[in-house]
Amino acid sequence: MKTIKFLFVTLAVAILFNSCSDDNDDPVIVQENPLSEMNRLTTLSANNHTIELYSENTDFTVGYNMFYYRIKDESTDTYLSNAQITVNPLMHMTSMTHSCPKSAISKMEDDTIYMGYAVFQMPGNADEYWELNMEYTLDGETYAISERIDVGMPEDGFKRVQSFIGADDKRYIVAMIPFEPEVKVNAFSAMVFQMENMMNFPIVEGYTLGIDPRMPSMGNHSSPNNENLTFDSSTGKYNGKLSLTMTGYWKINLQLFNKQGDVLKGEPVTDENEASSLYFELEF
Amino acid sequence: MGNLKNITMYYFFKMLVFWVLKGPKKTINMALLALCCLSFHGKGIGQEVPVPIDQDSILPINLAEVIVIAPIYKDTEHRTYQKSLATLDGYLESSQKVSMIKRGAYAWEPMINDMASERLSVTIDGMRIFGACTDRMDPVTSYVDVSNLSNVHVASGQQGAKMGNAIGGALDMRLEKSGFVQTDWKSAVETGFESNNNARIYGYELNYASDSFYVDSDIIYRDADNYISGDGQEVAYSQFTKYNVSVNTGVKFSESQKLLASFIFDEAKDVGYPALPMDVSLARAFIGSLSWVQDTFLGNLYEWETKIYANSISHFMDDSQRPNVPIRMDMPGWSDTYGFYTQARLQSRGHKWLFKWDGFYNKSLAEMTMYPNNANEASMFMLTWPDVRTLNTGLFAENTLAFENSVLTIAGRISAQGTNVANEFGRNSLRIFYPSMEQIQARFLKSLSTEYRYNFKNVELVNGVSYGDRAPSVSEAFGFYLFNSFDNHDYIGDPNLKNEGALELTSKISLPFKNGKIGAVGNFFHTQNYILGEIDPTLSTMTIGADGVKIYRNLEYANLFNVSINGVWDMSKNLKYNGLVSYHRGVDQDSRNLPFISPLTYSTSFRYSLPKFSASLSLRGAADQVNFNSEFGEDRTSAYNVVSLSVAKTFFISDDRLDAQVGVENLFDTYYSTYTDWNNIPRMGRNIYLTLSYAIN
Repeated sequence: MKTIKFLFVTLAVAILFNSCSDDNDDPVIVQENPLSEMNRLTTLSANNHTIELYSENTDFTVGYNMFYYRIKDESTDTYLSNAQITVNPLMHMTSMTHSCPKSAISKMEDDTIYMGYAVFQMPGNADEYWELNMEYTLDGETYAISERIDVGMPEDGFKRVQSFIGADDKRYIVAMIPFEPEVKVNAFSAMVFQMENMMNFPIVEGYTLGIDPRMPSMGNHSSPNNENLTFDSSTGKYNGKLSLTMTGYWKINLQLFNKQGDVLKGEPVTDENEASSLYFELEF
Repeated sequence: MGNLKNITMYYFFKMLVFWVLKGPKKTINMALLALCCLSFHGKGIGQEVPVPIDQDSILPINLAEVIVIAPIYKDTEHRTYQKSLATLDGYLESSQKVSMIKRGAYAWEPMINDMASERLSVTIDGMRIFGACTDRMDPVTSYVDVSNLSNVHVASGQQGAKMGNAIGGALDMRLEKSGFVQTDWKSAVETGFESNNNARIYGYELNYASDSFYVDSDIIYRDADNYISGDGQEVAYSQFTKYNVSVNTGVKFSESQKLLASFIFDEAKDVGYPALPMDVSLARAFIGSLSWVQDTFLGNLYEWETKIYANSISHFMDDSQRPNVPIRMDMPGWSDTYGFYTQARLQSRGHKWLFKWDGFYNKSLAEMTMYPNNANEASMFMLTWPDVRTLNTGLFAENTLAFENSVLTIAGRISAQGTNVANEFGRNSLRIFYPSMEQIQARFLKSLSTEYRYNFKNVELVNGVSYGDRAPSVSEAFGFYLFNSFDNHDYIGDPNLKNEGALELTSKISLPFKNGKIGAVGNFFHTQNYILGEIDPTLSTMTIGADGVKIYRNLEYANLFNVSINGVWDMSKNLKYNGLVSYHRGVDQDSRNLPFISPLTYSTSFRYSLPKFSASLSLRGAADQVNFNSEFGEDRTSAYNVVSLSVAKTFFISDDRLDAQVGVENLFDTYYSTYTDWNNIPRMGRNIYLTLSYAIN
C-alpha cells in the first residue's frame, strides 16, 4: 500500500506540474499611451493645440479607414476630453471637389480619444489630392485646421471599395470593413453609401449585399455556408458570414440588391461568367 | 485484487481524459507510472504454481488464414508457392482472404471481405499503426517488408476483434524472430531480379541466437523502374525505390521471463502512382516495441505478455515529377501512434480464457499547400487532417469451451475512443461545415462474437454469429477536401457520423475425401450505418477538374455477401492440386452496388515438389465485373486469365545452402486490369524473375 500511496502522490504532482506548463499567463501590460499599438499618421498643430491622428494602418489608404484622434493642449500638456469634432476630407480634383463617406466623430471609453471613419474612394496623385478639414469646438470656441494628406492605394493593390452607378441610376459606394481573414467562417462586414451629391454620402439602409467568394487560381471554386450581408441599423453596417476554406487569394464577388430584391450592381458567378463587376479582394 | 482493479481503472480513466485533453508527452509519464505500478503489484502476488496447460485439447482454430512469408531457406514447404522475394503486397495478394487495391506497383492497400483500411485493423506484431497519407497511398503493409516477417495472420470479421475494433477483419503481420534456440551465428544473402520493371532486390540478414539471447537483423533494398503492361506500353510513374532495416532482439532473464525488443526503419523514395495525379517523394517509418513475456502471472494466469510500442510515419506526397498539372501542390502527412497491450490466458474447469487490455494514441496531421501559377500570389494552405488525436482503449476477453466433438468460442471487446481535433486552424476549417462541432468527442465500441465448431468423422462444420462496430476513420470524420481520383470527387468528413455496426454470419464446411479436401466458406455482413461518400450537389469543388463534392454519410445499411469454395487434392505423393472459386456481392439499402466488390474470381494451381526441387503452374482469373458502382468511377472490368509458372532448386555447398528460383508471371503477356485497379490501370505484362538465396550456417 505504501508504494501505491507514493505513486499516487507522484502522480498527483506530475499532473499538477504538467497542467501548469500549458497555461499561457498573459501579463497585463500597462501602457501610457492607449493608442501606442496604432500608427500615428499625422500631427496637426494650430491654436496652441496638437491634434494627433492614429490609424491601424501605416498610411492613409483607399477604402475604409478608422481614425483615432487626440487633442493635446500644449499649454497644460494634457489631452482634452471636452471637444466636439467634425472631420470632412475633401478631394481636390482638377475639375471638381468632392468629399467621401464618413462618420460623425464620437468619443471612446477613454474620453480623450475620439474616433470616426472615412472611406476614401480614390487615391491622390500629382495633380489631385485629399485634404483633411477638421473643426473642433472647445469651451464654445470653434477652431479649424486643414492639412493635405497622401492617400495611396493599399500596398497589395486589392479592391476594398468600389463606387459605381447602380441600375437605379444612383451613385453608390460599397466598402469592406477591414478584418483579419482566417480559414474559418469569418464575421464579414461592409458599408453601403449613396452619393447624394458631392458632399453628402448617407448610409443606405435595408439593402442586401450578396457574396460569393471564389479562388480564381484554383478553378474559381467557392466555399459553403456563406451568409449574405444584411443591414444592421444599430451600427449602420451590413453584416454577414464569409467562409474561407484555405489561405490564399480570394475574390469576394458581390451583388447589391435593393429592398425589393432588384439587382443594382453585380452579376452572379457562373461557368460562363467568372466574376462579378462588383467585388472585393483579399489575400492571407 | 479488487484494489488492483480499482487502481488500474483509476489510472486508465485518468489517462483517457488526460491524453485527450493534453496530448501524448505528458501522458507518457503517467502511462509509464501506471505500468510500473501494475507490474510491481504483479510481482508481489503472482507466485502461485501454474496450472499445467494442455495445448492439444483445443482443436485448431483455422477460420483465420496464415500467409507464410519466412525466407525460402527456412521453409521448404512453401517455397514453390511464392516468388520468394516478392513484395509483401505480392504475398498478400496470393492469399485467399485478402485482395489488394492498386494505385501503382507499390504500396497496395489490403482488403478483407471486400473491406479496406478503415474497416480493418492492420497491426505489426499486435502494434496499431496508421498510414499518414490522406489518399491511402501508404497502407500500413507498405512499411514492413518480407524480410521482417515470418507470417501474416488474417482474421475475418469479428474473429479479428482481439486486434481492435474493425468490421472487415484483422491483419496481423508477425515479425520473424529466431527465438531462444542454440543456433549461434547465421547469415543469408538474397538477391532477385525481375525483367519487366528491371527490379533489383538485395537482402542480407544476420542472426545470432543462444538459449538466453538472440538478435536478428536484416536489410532489404528494392529498386524498380516503370513496368510494362500486357500491350507493351510502359506504365509511366510506376517506379519505386525502398529499403527497410530491422533489428529484433530478446533476452531471457529466467526460464519464464523474457524481454523482447524490435525496431524497424522503412524508407521509400520516388514512388510513382500511375493511377493518381501525385507521387510520393518520401515515405518514412520508425516502428519500435518493447515487450515483457512471462510464462505465469498472478496466480492461474499464464502466457502473460505486455508490450509498449511507438511508431512514427512521415509521408510526402507531391507532383514535382508530373509535367502537366493545373496547379502544383504538396501534401505531406504525419501519423504517430503510441500504444500498449497486456494479455494473459487462464484455464479453469474446461474453459480457456484469453484476456487482453490494449490502448493506443494516434496523432494524424496532414496538410496541403497549393502554389498558384501566378508567382506573386500567396500559396494556398489547408489542413486536410486537422491534427486529430485519437485515444482508444479496450478490454478483450475470449472464452473457449471444448466438448467431445465441438468447441464453442465466445469473445467480446469493449472499447472507449476519444478524439480531439487539436489544431485550431483545423477546427475552424471543419466548423465551416459543422458550426457546432465539438473539439472532443467520445465513442463506445463493442464486439461480441460466438463461434461453434463441430467435428464429425473429419467433417468440420463452423458456424458463427457476431456483432461489432467501429468508429469513423480520421478521413471519414475529419477529412477536409480529400480528392479521390477514382470517382473524381472531393471528400469531406462528417464528425457527427454514427458508428458503423455489422451483424455478421459465418459458415464453413470442410469435407475430406480420399487424398483431398473440399471446403466452402460463406459470410454475410449486414452493416448498419455503412459509411460511404455521397454527393452533395450544393458544394463547390476545390480540386481543379473535379466533378463534385462528396460528404461521408451513414447509409441506412449495406449487405455484403462472400462465398468461396476451395479444394485441395493430393494427386500423387509429389503432386498437389489447389483450386479456389469465390463470389462476392455488396449492395446498399436501395440495391445500389457498393464499390470495390469482387466479381467471380478463381485460381487454380498444380504444385510438384521433391526434397530439392519444386515446380508450380498456376492460373488465376475473374469473370466480368457485372456489379460495379459507376458513382464511384467504376466500370465493367473485363474478364481475364493469367498463367504463371515457377521452378525452384536447392543446392548444398558444404554446409551452406543455395536456393535458386526462376519463374514467369503472366506467361502469355495478357493485357488486363482487375476490379481493384484504381482508375483501371493495367497490370504488369509478362515478367520473368530470378531469385537467389545463399544461407551461411
